[in-house]
Amino acid sequence: MPNGRLSTRLSNIDLAKRAYNIRRHAIRMGAVQGQGYIGQALGVADVLAVSYFHAMRYEANDPRWEDRDRFLLSIGHYAIALYAALIEAGILPEDELETYGTDGSRLPMSGMAAYTPGMEITGGSLGHGLGIGVGMALGLKRKASDARVFTLLSDGELGEGATWEAALSAAHHRLDNLIGVVDFNNQQADGPSTEMLSAEPVADKWAAFGWHVQRVDGNDIAALVNAFDAARQHPGERPRVIVCDTRMCKGVPFLETREVTHFVRVAPEEWDKALEALDAGRPQS
Amino acid sequence: MSAPGKKRLTTSAMIASIAEDGQETTAAPFGHALVALARERPEIVGLSADLSKYTDLHVFAQAMPDRFYQMGMAEQVLIGAAAGLAREGFQPFATTYAVFASRRAYDFMAMDIAEESLNVKIVCALPGLTTGYGPSHQATDDLAIFRAMPNLTIVDPCDAVDIEQAVPAIADHKGPVYMRLLRGQVPRVLHRYDYRFELGKAALLRDGADVLFVSTGLMTMRVLAAAERMAAEGIADAGVLHVPTIKPLDTDTILAALAKSGRLVVTAENHSIVGGLGEAVAGAALRGGVGPAGFRMIGLPDAFLDAGALPTLHDRYGLSVDAVVAQVKGWL
Repeated sequence: MPNGRLSTRLSNIDLAKRAYNIRRHAIRMGAVQGQGYIGQALGVADVLAVSYFHAMRYEANDPRWEDRDRFLLSIGHYAIALYAALIEAGILPEDELETYGTDGSRLPMSGMAAYTPGMEITGGSLGHGLGIGVGMALGLKRKASDARVFTLLSDGELGEGATWEAALSAAHHRLDNLIGVVDFNNQQADGPSTEMLSAEPVADKWAAFGWHVQRVDGNDIAALVNAFDAARQHPGERPRVIVCDTRMCKGVPFLETREVTHFVRVAPEEWDKALEALDAGRPQS
Repeated sequence: MSAPGKKRLTTSAMIASIAEDGQETTAAPFGHALVALARERPEIVGLSADLSKYTDLHVFAQAMPDRFYQMGMAEQVLIGAAAGLAREGFQPFATTYAVFASRRAYDFMAMDIAEESLNVKIVCALPGLTTGYGPSHQATDDLAIFRAMPNLTIVDPCDAVDIEQAVPAIADHKGPVYMRLLRGQVPRVLHRYDYRFELGKAALLRDGADVLFVSTGLMTMRVLAAAERMAAEGIADAGVLHVPTIKPLDTDTILAALAKSGRLVVTAENHSIVGGLGEAVAGAALRGGVGPAGFRMIGLPDAFLDAGALPTLHDRYGLSVDAVVAQVKGWL
């Protein structure tokens, strides 16, 4: 069973298996609803696996545990991905994925704090998560807690001015307990994010704002492990950001090669096929 | 050129005092009330977006520097960070100007704080027409903007007494509160009445047979003065129902007062006539099946207002005591 206290370190192959399981949970939820931000979920699964099974401290049976690391989903539409991670982490029961997006479910299409154990904030209106993270990081320091605040952002969200207000603020207040994680899949509603309102050179921007920056292949478990370790170990008082270049639909080759859009359409008969394709690439120990 | 010997009125500072000559005032009532409360409540923290001096939060910042966060000129992260601090168990008092909280940071007020009913108090200076600097700083629409925000309690205090008593009352309320703020040398009026601020309650300050003012914010002190003058001049016998909590509205007290027959009801607010107290009272009266003998609204016009000296503007837009008396005379 998952043990959020990280008493044992998972090998990279075990982390890859967690990522595979997260992808599987997400596809099963997509099948329930017949739609969903499955492309993002598949793309960010490795980042979530390393976050929940390597980097973060939490208690699966006590999502409000005071000493937990906080994980803020600023990008509420990635809820399907976080639910999959929360299921894999044992915070949500696996059979609950059958309720995804249905009336009365604890798993609404966009993430909201009041609905779901382990969902720290109500995201969805983009550009909010990092600012809330600033406040939580300030609060944790007030309490002399060594817990950290992870905030998952998207590349499109870097177009929101509020993200940069928060970035300035975090550096000004020396919030070394705040870790930004940017899922850079270069895709947003109207097309590639670099063609909509480019945030490049994105690493330079974060650095100029006073952050410790790393940019890694967000689908490379070993690279992510190293990046999260470096973010933890960096001795400076700067907030940390890991820009993760990810591939939409990663792990399901026929979707990866499909003309990729922000909202990947999957035909009803394709969900089973997607699971089969994922299973074909299942990590082997 | 002005005529020799006649003082020309000027816009003066950003925050012009609303106190009249010789009026009793209290300095920075919000800041001092918050410090007194915070000494007993370690969970209280203060935040400002580069406007602590102009929201009287500097008093708190000086008294408790380790509990004050200067967030800079960044209202969105001001509100977001206040939400984050509340999530970690603190009780933030965040201050800026009302225009910035309501217009610029609206989405953050809604989604970061109100949607989850977090225990954050947003306290904002320059409500309505309390500066002569023009529409960029005149929050003539903040009540309209915030009244539609679920979970949010809205308070518009009249004077220093109201502010001093409202601070502990809104702190006791476990949820988001937006309070309009008068700062600097704030008039002290309500101690002359049998009155205590109670969150969510309207209070009858004086009764009257001909006219009932239903007022909020600084307009309560104006209609009190207008009622005294109208009584002295034999114009009308006017009562004043003070409604410091705009939301939730104390409809029971308001409807009971409106039901008293034969009176002209005049709402009065330092806010646009669109979407503020007047329309809230009108809606409550219609829904409650209460029809007063007459119903009029004193408030700011549905317009971006002029710059200028505050007394000039209060005369021009109907908020001064003279203007209140003149309007009511015209309606009687």
